[in-house]
Amino acid sequence: MSTVLTRRPGLAKLRVRSGRSPLHLVCLGLVASVVLAALLAPWIAPHDPNAVDLGAALAGPSAEHPFGVDAAGRDTLSRLLLGARTSLLGPLGVVAFSTLAGVAIGTAAAWRGGWLDSLLSRATELVFAFPGMLLAVLVISVYGEGLLAPVVALGLAYLPYVSRLTRSLVLAERARPYVSAYRVQGHSALQICLRHILPNIAPVVLAQSTINFGYALMDLAGLSFLGLGVPPLTPDWGRMVFDGQTAVQHGYPLSAILPCLFVVLTVVAFNVVGERWADRVARRDR
Amino acid sequence: MTRGPMTRPPRPASANGSTASANGSTGSTTTLDVRGLRVTLPGTARPVLDGIDLTVGSGETVALVGESGSGKTLTSRSALGLLPPGATTEGTVLVEGHDVLAMDADRLRALRTDTVAMIFQDPRAALNPLRRIGDFLTESVCSARTGDRAMGRSAATARAVELLDAVGLDDSALKKYPSQVSGGMLQRVMIAAALMGDPALLLADEPTTALDVTTQAEVIALLARLRERFGTGLLFVTHDLDLAAAISDRVYVMYAGRIVETGPAETLFARPRHPYTAALLASTPRLTTPGGRLAAIPGQPPDLRTPVTGCAFAARCPLATEVCDEHAPAPLQVSEGPVHLAACHHSDRLVGEGSAVDA
Amino acid sequence: MPEPLLQAVDLRRSFGTVHAVDGVSFTLPEGGSLGIVGGSGSGKTTTARIVVGLEHADAGEVRVRGRARPSRARGREQRLARAREVQMVFQDPYLSLDPRTGVDQVLRETLRLHFPDRDPEPRIRELLDQVGLGTRAADALPRQLSGGQRQRVAIARALAVEPAVLVLDEAVAALDVSVQAQILNLLADIREQTPIGYLFITHDLGVVRCVTDEVIVMRHGSVVEAGATAEVLAAPQHPYTRLLLDSVPHPGWNPDRIAAARQELTSPLAQPTQHTGGRSEPT
Repeated sequence: MSTVLTRRPGLAKLRVRSGRSPLHLVCLGLVASVVLAALLAPWIAPHDPNAVDLGAALAGPSAEHPFGVDAAGRDTLSRLLLGARTSLLGPLGVVAFSTLAGVAIGTAAAWRGGWLDSLLSRATELVFAFPGMLLAVLVISVYGEGLLAPVVALGLAYLPYVSRLTRSLVLAERARPYVSAYRVQGHSALQICLRHILPNIAPVVLAQSTINFGYALMDLAGLSFLGLGVPPLTPDWGRMVFDGQTAVQHGYPLSAILPCLFVVLTVVAFNVVGERWADRVARRDR
Repeated sequence: MTRGPMTRPPRPASANGSTASANGSTGSTTTLDVRGLRVTLPGTARPVLDGIDLTVGSGETVALVGESGSGKTLTSRSALGLLPPGATTEGTVLVEGHDVLAMDADRLRALRTDTVAMIFQDPRAALNPLRRIGDFLTESVCSARTGDRAMGRSAATARAVELLDAVGLDDSALKKYPSQVSGGMLQRVMIAAALMGDPALLLADEPTTALDVTTQAEVIALLARLRERFGTGLLFVTHDLDLAAAISDRVYVMYAGRIVETGPAETLFARPRHPYTAALLASTPRLTTPGGRLAAIPGQPPDLRTPVTGCAFAARCPLATEVCDEHAPAPLQVSEGPVHLAACHHSDRLVGEGSAVDA
Repeated sequence: MPEPLLQAVDLRRSFGTVHAVDGVSFTLPEGGSLGIVGGSGSGKTTTARIVVGLEHADAGEVRVRGRARPSRARGREQRLARAREVQMVFQDPYLSLDPRTGVDQVLRETLRLHFPDRDPEPRIRELLDQVGLGTRAADALPRQLSGGQRQRVAIARALAVEPAVLVLDEAVAALDVSVQAQILNLLADIREQTPIGYLFITHDLGVVRCVTDEVIVMRHGSVVEAGATAEVLAAPQHPYTRLLLDSVPHPGWNPDRIAAARQELTSPLAQPTQHTGGRSEPT
């Protein structure tokens, strides 16, 4: 298959080639534990993430607060754990939206061809030309704060990557004789697409979506850091960096650095897992 | 040129088949000499190649015939030192007296640019579509060689023009891109490219299969002519028995990684002494065979996951008896005169009629 | 007089300036077998794809039992009716099956589509039996099968629709000689058992001789010769047919002479209709 997944250059260096690499296993474990932490957050968080204890503000790590306390006197560990929920839920929405819509648009464009293809391709290129973050900032400024607006905006921004990939995959798949065979047999286009083409291209698309997940997480954290997106009190990694920046100036960096570290580690982990999946799919197809 | 069929030039060395035993005694030179080659791949139940003995004399055309998976392509590639990753080998592959399997990377590179050349089945897949044909032709001799063997660009271009002329193309082809010429012409370019380094041995892996039927003859005629002119040994790998018979001096028939029969082309096809050769000949639909059912060989060749004890063809063979399942037959001389070996316990029973297996 | 099973009337199709199919007509009688022979670029595959409906014709008509095939199917009924008229077996058995769909599932899908009221299971067993595949192959995925077995599956899939005509586009070209003979025999058996008609597209004259009653020879999109297979192969009238016949390797084969004949034929001076009898002088 000649289609290449979209990768941002900086992270491409982390591509894992070898068969059973420790880096891949570590990243897989990291992804699993972050997801698990997000799911179990309310039960494993030692404190209420919004409980304010001004007396302990900016305290260092202790038995009661293993990761310390932020400037507003909130427990950092609890905020990190619950922050994992919003930090993962947002990208999940972005990826789900962009994948579903992108696959539908890409498949329709490739299968029907002609004017529909031109129209859909031009439309996605238009979105391509618009920076995703800018689009998100615009949408938020119109619709106000909340998780939904940035998710929809980023979902739109990520859609062209998926639809372009899908379009080329479907075009390649459609040229295969087995698709002609199903057409000759009298199966409808929809049946052929849903039952045969989509399952065959799914691994490649899902690998791309995994990579997109990491990028979306980074973009959403960036938006939160700018104070856009999630409302002020919600625990969110990006928001925590934003809240902690004044504390850094006062010599208490822990409450800002830890969420930074979590964002970086999670993005890298998702990328490594996604890249490795993509490589495996590419190898199998050869 | 007033001879009869151009594909069979009078060539003493090959006409009497003495190259098969040409280990120095007969005086004819052996370009490729494969002895007891055994190649095992990880995760397989039997060797991919199992005791291959094969020779190609200089200026001789030798056909290697077999079905897919028989190991014929792997055998031909071994002459270039091209073996799949993880392969373990026994035996020797001598090209001009040097063992390819023992060569280091530099020697292999020199071998591939100077001594052995290969023509592939699909010329379009073997060419970079973004490079002009001229660049493709001169590239190997300009860049791959080092020191005093390196050829200047103008000298290389002159040679490219000369070879294009030899394959029946004029120098306007130098400026063209692969997409601008037909498949038959592209295969001529591939042949010209293969001859750029003036190789002693030319490996042709199904060079006409991807071409139009009427172009096949042209490419074959060209190969025959060039072989004569440059004295190149030609190992012709094909699945087409009739083609092999029509163009080669000697033929090797492979089945499941072993050579089951070898001999002069005419003899082997007129009087096959291995049931597999006989069955293959009988199952080929021909213009001359009467209509109706073909004598198909039942079953299919053993795959690499199945271990083979005894004769690999026994399961499909009409002549097979108990001994075939237990002991692998050794290749034995089956007739007077030129070398004609068959690895079959029952090759005596095939003495009668040519292509029909009477079971 | 009954209508012929399949009739192509003056089919035409161009791609840009190239006339891939240029006025091709032929008739396939009930239960007959017609070969279309030609080199690459002769338009034989495009003709086959027009007959099947994978390609539309610029002009001309394909009739099955006297009824014109619509160029595009509208709605489910018409789609299924079209499929029951003509089915196809493709060249490459490695690409003509969905790699993710098992053998029995392939057949079940087709049977469910065309015969929703029937229980597909007995018919699946019958079809597998008919093409010489055991029930063990039923659970297999295409990648677990050999080339010959896959081609059997493709034939079974086409037969499942119970078509009037089966188009075989180089259906044995990708197979090994020993397997090719098995498939050719299988096709002969099926023709004996069912009233199906074959349209056999191939470049291999040996195969044509083996499986067809009649043959048309195509070159540059048009039919240059047509007739009973035995007669055309025994006494070719057109120089191109002769060239094709000579191109088949045989004892005493002289590739130089064929190359020269081809040059002569492709030169603009060549007269396609002229009968040149004794053109066998060596170069």
